[in-house]
Amino acid sequence: MITILLKGAAALGFISLSAMFLIWLERKVSAWIQNRMGPMMTGFQGTLQPVADTIKLLLKEDIVPTGVDFFSWWLAPFFVTVPVVMAFLVIPFSRNIFVLDLNVGVLYICSITSVCVLGIFMAGWGSNNKYSLLGGMRSAAQIISYEVPLLLSVLLVVMQSGSMSMQGIIQAQAHGWFILKPHLALAFLIYFISATAEVNRVPFDIPEAESELVAGYHTEYSGMKFAMFFVAEYTNMFIISAIATTLFFGGWQGPFLPGVVWFLLKSYGLVFFLMWMRWTLPRVRMDQMMSFAWKVLTPIALLNLLVSGWFMVK
Amino acid sequence: MGELLTVNMGPQHPSTHGVLYLELKMDGEIVVDCKPHLGYLHRSIEKIAENRTYTQFIPYTDRLDYLASMNNNLCYCMAVEKLLNVPVTDRAQYLRVIIAELNRAISHLVAIGTFAQDLGAYATPLFYAFRDREKIMDLFDSICGARLTYNYMRIGGVSADIPVGTEQLIKDFIAYERKMLIEYNELLTYNVIFLARSKKIGILSKEVAANYSVSGPILRASGVKWDLRKEEPYLVYDKFDFDVPVGTNGDSWDRYKVKLDEIEQSLRIIEQAIGGIPEGNPVSKVNRVFRGTGEVYLRTENPRGELGFYLVAEGGFMPYRCKIRSPSFSNLSVLPELIKGLNISDAVCVLGSLDIVMGEIDR
Repeated sequence: MITILLKGAAALGFISLSAMFLIWLERKVSAWIQNRMGPMMTGFQGTLQPVADTIKLLLKEDIVPTGVDFFSWWLAPFFVTVPVVMAFLVIPFSRNIFVLDLNVGVLYICSITSVCVLGIFMAGWGSNNKYSLLGGMRSAAQIISYEVPLLLSVLLVVMQSGSMSMQGIIQAQAHGWFILKPHLALAFLIYFISATAEVNRVPFDIPEAESELVAGYHTEYSGMKFAMFFVAEYTNMFIISAIATTLFFGGWQGPFLPGVVWFLLKSYGLVFFLMWMRWTLPRVRMDQMMSFAWKVLTPIALLNLLVSGWFMVK
Repeated sequence: MGELLTVNMGPQHPSTHGVLYLELKMDGEIVVDCKPHLGYLHRSIEKIAENRTYTQFIPYTDRLDYLASMNNNLCYCMAVEKLLNVPVTDRAQYLRVIIAELNRAISHLVAIGTFAQDLGAYATPLFYAFRDREKIMDLFDSICGARLTYNYMRIGGVSADIPVGTEQLIKDFIAYERKMLIEYNELLTYNVIFLARSKKIGILSKEVAANYSVSGPILRASGVKWDLRKEEPYLVYDKFDFDVPVGTNGDSWDRYKVKLDEIEQSLRIIEQAIGGIPEGNPVSKVNRVFRGTGEVYLRTENPRGELGFYLVAEGGFMPYRCKIRSPSFSNLSVLPELIKGLNISDAVCVLGSLDIVMGEIDR
């Protein structure tokens, strides 16, 4: 019991550190892409910038607009943050560093992270703001649609490895990462596109589309509540990268370096790729994105599942 | 159709390009009706003109289309010169062409950058455009001492000759910018998402464009080859060889592409003007204060379309009346026509492609 509590505390510490690091990294990556310096004044290369940001957000007034739906307005940030923290329960950082190795780990992580959409929808509905409402609506439609191809591609990995436990899947990749097999490489592509949409990153950042909806569902939030959305967003980015690492890139396996280093390297590499996309691509339109999910991704994922499954059974 | 949702887009909104207020009636995400409201930036510049001498009013024209101050200066100065029959030396005319075209290029750069921003390309194209614009801003800084509200044209000439070495800097910029234009094509023009977002969106037909007296790149994107530099050559534009880029469909992508192509044409004009610039004194020999009588209307091709100054002088030191025909105003008026039936993302795209500057809409 106590070990689990300690591990939970360690996970919480990791989440805040990781979110802070990612916020700094995003600022720096965007600056490098755009011929800028990024934060430079706070600490070496602006490394203390996230600390300054956090202090600022903590000290900010918590503004409650008139006419908010009290219940959903207050609960929304928790509904977004808590599932993100809970997802860390099964993330395998190395052979020995993990909180729990559930035998349904993949199922658990996929279902728990999709609870976030409730929080986003509550935020959009409760804010009493038309832009927030539009953002919340878009988000609900988007996340539910992209859940389908995402799960279909994850299913293929489960079929290949014969296990739903995260450690089991990593062990199944001992003799070659799944990304090297063609049908699983396709599954990875589908997974990564869908996951990008799940966490509302460019080119699928439609729920918070700045140029259309100001900031979408979190337009009206300020101070610590906004910070919770922010932390959840960045931690979500890490989680989808960590899942991709586990499912397709052999998890913590790798030569010479300790497992945890390999795991973090691979995960943050994928996060970097997400950032690279964000600062390069324009945004797609709502209907284009929906038709892409239902008319392109889902059929391909289904076909992939069918054909690979047939070969596996044969 | 369900209940309509009224969304007040602006005056504080990230993509209304200043303080434009659009009253949108929406059915879900579809725009059913749109009503632009103006007046948040009104400074009564036309009235101010009646209380300033001809020379004193020049800096106020900077604040019309603040991205193309030089072109505004030029149009106003030419109007006054026509009113008073002031001669302008050859060198001043060449300098004016060079400066006006440089300003056109950087104004289009901002237009392209903000359009990409409206399509959700977070800041990167905008920063690339600003990086290139910065070089010309530095140049303008050395020529006239200002980085935003440039003010170089004077009645009868320009304020001073260009500093030594400027010609080489401009030549370097042309070579540099030609390389960068290729980069814009790689980053944006033929990007799949960019094409999907802007092709066939907000199609403006020739007839509608003519009915709303749309002008500039927006008109040319609809396939009308109308450029005052060709149709009614002023200054020394008839001595230069350049094309007028036109679009085929009149959609948002064409409006973007026409602007991108116009940058290249501007570079061509500058190149020729630099090569053929005559010696002489470009500084005006006109008194600071003078009287005039008569009335005059003069229009020039601004980056955003036809800018016109109508001046009536009744013998005083100041104009009796000054009316400004601003291109963005006419270009904006076509917006409700274009965005009815589109969804809100496309409405933002169309507004971005119309490339309005609020400074000259609310004068």
